Amino acid sequence: MNLEKVFFAFFIVLALTLNFGFFLGDLDDPNHHNVYELYAALVVSLIATIMKFGDRAHIGAVLLATSLVADLQLIAAVIIWTLFAHASDAGVTPMIMASIVSLSGGALLANVTSVVILVTETVMFRR
Amino acid sequence: MHNLLYLLLRRMRLPLIVVILAYAISIIGLVLIPGMDDQGNPWQMSFFHAFYFVSFMGSTIGFGEIPYPFTDPQRIWTTVTMYLTVISWLYAIGSLFSLLQDPAFKRIVAFTKFTRDVRAMREPFYLICGLGDAGHLVIRELAEHNIRSVIIDKDDSKIQLLRLEDLPLVVPGISADVTNTSTLRAAGLLKSECQGVIALTGSDHINMTVSITSKLLAPELPVICRAESHDSQDNIASFGTDYIINPFDSFAKRFAMMFQSPSMYMVYEWMTTIHESPLSDFTVPPRGTWVLCGYGRFGKAVQESLSFKGIRTVIIEADTARTGAPESAIEGRGTEAITLYEAGIEQAVGLIAGTDDDANNLSIIMTALKLNKDLFIVARQNLNTNDTLFAAAGVDIIMQSGKLIGQRVVDLITTPLLADFLRMARDQNEEWANVLVSRVVGVLDKPPDSWVLGISFEQTPAIMELISRGCPTTLGNLLTDPREITVSLPCVALYLKHANNKEVLLPGNEIELLAGDQLLICGQTDAETHMRWSARNLHALNYICSSYDHPSGSLWRWLNARRKRRRDTGSDMARDMQE
Repeated sequence: MNLEKVFFAFFIVLALTLNFGFFLGDLDDPNHHNVYELYAALVVSLIATIMKFGDRAHIGAVLLATSLVADLQLIAAVIIWTLFAHASDAGVTPMIMASIVSLSGGALLANVTSVVILVTETVMFRR
Repeated sequence: MHNLLYLLLRRMRLPLIVVILAYAISIIGLVLIPGMDDQGNPWQMSFFHAFYFVSFMGSTIGFGEIPYPFTDPQRIWTTVTMYLTVISWLYAIGSLFSLLQDPAFKRIVAFTKFTRDVRAMREPFYLICGLGDAGHLVIRELAEHNIRSVIIDKDDSKIQLLRLEDLPLVVPGISADVTNTSTLRAAGLLKSECQGVIALTGSDHINMTVSITSKLLAPELPVICRAESHDSQDNIASFGTDYIINPFDSFAKRFAMMFQSPSMYMVYEWMTTIHESPLSDFTVPPRGTWVLCGYGRFGKAVQESLSFKGIRTVIIEADTARTGAPESAIEGRGTEAITLYEAGIEQAVGLIAGTDDDANNLSIIMTALKLNKDLFIVARQNLNTNDTLFAAAGVDIIMQSGKLIGQRVVDLITTPLLADFLRMARDQNEEWANVLVSRVVGVLDKPPDSWVLGISFEQTPAIMELISRGCPTTLGNLLTDPREITVSLPCVALYLKHANNKEVLLPGNEIELLAGDQLLICGQTDAETHMRWSARNLHALNYICSSYDHPSGSLWRWLNARRKRRRDTGSDMARDMQE
């Protein structure tokens, strides 16, 4: 058992599940989307990215790329939320909420890709 | 570059994760703990405020309790998070700095920079392995001839010192193992700009490895290799190394030449070494018995050459068994008077101090001169840094491997015709050399410089122009001073190689120069400048060839043509009238 692999798989799957939890619900209803969940998803996703730093294998490089995509999407969602909650008179309207959630949906897709690659790699090695 | 980035990222993994976790824990704590606004209402920090607060707290900037003064539970949590974030930051920054200071990391940085520098080279260059005295001389001389080079040496301090020197060109250097193929490749072995490989390290085995690598990976590249023993010399020659330089053999042959044909020796010496002393300073070593101290590789080579010329040597060697010295050899170091007496120093005409230790050599010389002040002294100098000591010891001939090898390499690269000339000169007799020496002494009072002039559009456009007009330049024209055509330039044409490889030794002034000819000329340095000027400047050359200053502007050309026509018709009329 490789401890590094366990940690990485844990974080990548956790990023997916947290993000999925945040994404679930009506697209534009702020009551269905918990800010703590988005926060946790971002932190876990960042950690998963850093765990792939300096991995010279081809699969490692692809995983780094997909988790970087997820990070970017989540950071964009967080910035939009912050801007409209604190720096705008309008506040977080259903329209803004919809765009935040759809950004996290994009990140979710990247997370799914990461997990699919991870599973494929695991199946191929059969250890 | 990729290596660097990977290494950096890999080593920063844990510190970065620690920083992120510290931030995440601090932020979530601040968001969860209830606070109070300025009206006394319960208030909870948003993620944005928490992130803002942790960011300035963690970096110890500390703007204070923003936006409202904290409650006690918030202060308790802040106390915890202060230590958490500051320590995690220090840890991350500390890791980054220790990584940047890591010798292994620095080596990778240097190697990456070196690889990039070499890859960016767009001019021809030579790959030099080994930065000893010889390598140093080669780099400096090549840079002064505007030829680029790349240097590899295993000693980092030497490479660092080279960076501090003010060379006219940038010489990329790296301290690495030259026997490693990837090092040679990084140094541009496979680049099309690479002109040749020069192996000058102190070890024959390493030099051989470099030659063999280069002959296998880039068979068409010429390889110049230093070798100090006959075994490795044969070995290196066996796989087609182009030039092998054995400093001991070269010196011994040259030294023996002094006895047999001093003029030939002078020709060789002038052409192949840097000399500043006046030509009259040359002294011929006396014939008679010589005392030779040190029977190592140097001693053996000298002894062999001298006995070939029929000169008797008495050998002094400290370790006769190991060096395989002959029975007649005297055991001892030669630094003490008793050994020198035993070798008959009082009757000897010359002394050769040839051990591999400079202090011993100097001691031998001083002791010997005390016993017999008329001795002709030949000394082997091992270290470049002892120049002043050997100069002060009153030595007649100094043999210094580094200088000898370096000069030979530089000659091979900058004046390849020189080797051809010396090869042809070797077959000539002493009278021929006498004539040449007296010709050179006739025009010069100090040892000559030598240079090569190739007849081509790039180097000599004026000569090419005259050839295309059907009035070729003779060598005599080229050797004329363009400022005053009754005077010859202070130089002597030594050797001419035609485009069809036909060779002429000491070509005469009447020879016509053709496209593709290569000329080897020796003389004063400023003669080269004037010669190159007349070879480039059509008017100067025209003036030399016809001793008449041709007009260059169209007006004067037209007037001239008119005047000439009138003169011609005038003489025609006169002829008609006579008839």
